[in-house]
Amino acid sequence: MIEVRQLKKSFGHNEVLKEINVMVQPQEVVVVIGPSGSGKSTFLRCINMLETITAGHVLIEGIDITDTKTNINQVRTEVGMVFQQFNLFPHKTVIENIMLAPMKVRRVPAKEAREKGMTLLRKVGLENKAEVYPDSLSGGQKQRVAIARALAMEPKIMLFDEPTSALDPEMVGEVLEVMKQLAKEGMTMVVVTHEMGFAREVGDRVLFMDGGVIVEEGSPKELFENPKEERTKAFLSKVL
Amino acid sequence: MDFRWELVAEYGPFFLKGTLLTIGLSLASILIGGILGLFIGLGKMTKRKLVALPFQWYINFFRGTPLMVQILLVHFGVVPLFMGTTNAIIAAIMALSLNSAAYIAEIFRAGIQSIDKGQTEAARSLGMTRGQAMRYVILPQAFKRMIPPLGNEFVVLIKDSSLAALVAAPELMYWGRAMQGQYMRAWEPYLTAAAIYLVLTLSLSFLLTRLERRLATE
Ligand SMILES: Nc1ncnc2c1ncn2[C@@H]1O[C@H](COP(=O)(O)OP(=O)(O)O)[C@@H](O)[C@H]1O
Ligand SMILES: [Mg+2]
Repeated sequence: MIEVRQLKKSFGHNEVLKEINVMVQPQEVVVVIGPSGSGKSTFLRCINMLETITAGHVLIEGIDITDTKTNINQVRTEVGMVFQQFNLFPHKTVIENIMLAPMKVRRVPAKEAREKGMTLLRKVGLENKAEVYPDSLSGGQKQRVAIARALAMEPKIMLFDEPTSALDPEMVGEVLEVMKQLAKEGMTMVVVTHEMGFAREVGDRVLFMDGGVIVEEGSPKELFENPKEERTKAFLSKVL
Repeated sequence: MDFRWELVAEYGPFFLKGTLLTIGLSLASILIGGILGLFIGLGKMTKRKLVALPFQWYINFFRGTPLMVQILLVHFGVVPLFMGTTNAIIAAIMALSLNSAAYIAEIFRAGIQSIDKGQTEAARSLGMTRGQAMRYVILPQAFKRMIPPLGNEFVVLIKDSSLAALVAAPELMYWGRAMQGQYMRAWEPYLTAAAIYLVLTLSLSFLLTRLERRLATE
């Protein structure tokens, strides 16, 4: 589903990703953990080309997105992304946030886009907020809208970049709940998070990143209970 | 100082005509300059340096040389080049539009760049093209922030349009100078013109403040 081959990414002379190789299977939930600055966000952003890739290849369903002939906009419609800072469109209501891309990119008629949007809002428990502006929502509600907005494009893959890190603790649960539901429905997901409970419960595989490389990977059970690398042990002892 | 009101009254119809043309020149120039400025601003922001360079120099030229020089150049050079003969009103609108476009380009650029990068990223991650993200996500938000500086530019334009008197476009200042020439008086024509400019710019500022307040509560 996602194949990352020898991915490298530099910002100027700063090599942030050094040869990353990852395969993600359909319906798999891969959790990425690691200290701040280790390159987790950059890795995720390379998967949908929000960052230009310095070297290597990223294949989404067999399509090489580093190929200049690939229509990246087309690929991005298949890959939803949820950001730490939500990035809702403040000048549009909640339902308009959700309807915009399906209408403009997929040319879905307004009525259909609205119905679909309402279905998604029900799914994330916010159908009563359809007509308000994002400003009036709590952090947890904003993030649930952001998830619904990404889902409106009917992506095959969802990328989450620390979706709960900007939230007050009491709101983390409601967002994780939505994500668990998605995983249960068989969505292919790559999730960067510090929520180890979520990683344990939902993750099929955990990648530990440090210094721009994947230091260790394994099932949550293996990695959390039996880390092999010193760096993994050191990191886990701090966060668990 | 004796202020001869009857002279002002006598020139009233001319001042009225002149005021209407001043408003017309300013309106036409802010509209044309606005559209032109958007494209120049976007042009300057393109990532390809070579494409951005001419836009950068357009802005440098029009902000770095006196408007008076630009008006004379357009009136005696550019307009005759295209139309054979010159026309003061067309020249004034052209020079004012080209000039304000340079300032408006910078206003657009600043407005667009003030919008958080996350907005573009969210739009692009949903599959929107660069143009769609600009049109549906960035510009509507940026435009709100551009209204105060654009309003300022409009006020500046109303005042700067007085330079069109140099090429005998019969706007407000033209009639002020004509009146001075006819009666050899300084206070009456210029204080009257000043008062009219003040009424124009203050009413505009008032309208803009109200517009801003309405948009803020939206
Ligand atoms: N746009 C950028 N320009 C320059 N350096 C960047 C940029 N984005 C990230 N970096 C650098 O890349 C490194 C990895 O960042 P990031 O991927 O955000 O790490 P993480 O998400 O694991 O905290 C950091 O050292 C950061 O300073
Ligand atoms: Mg990060």
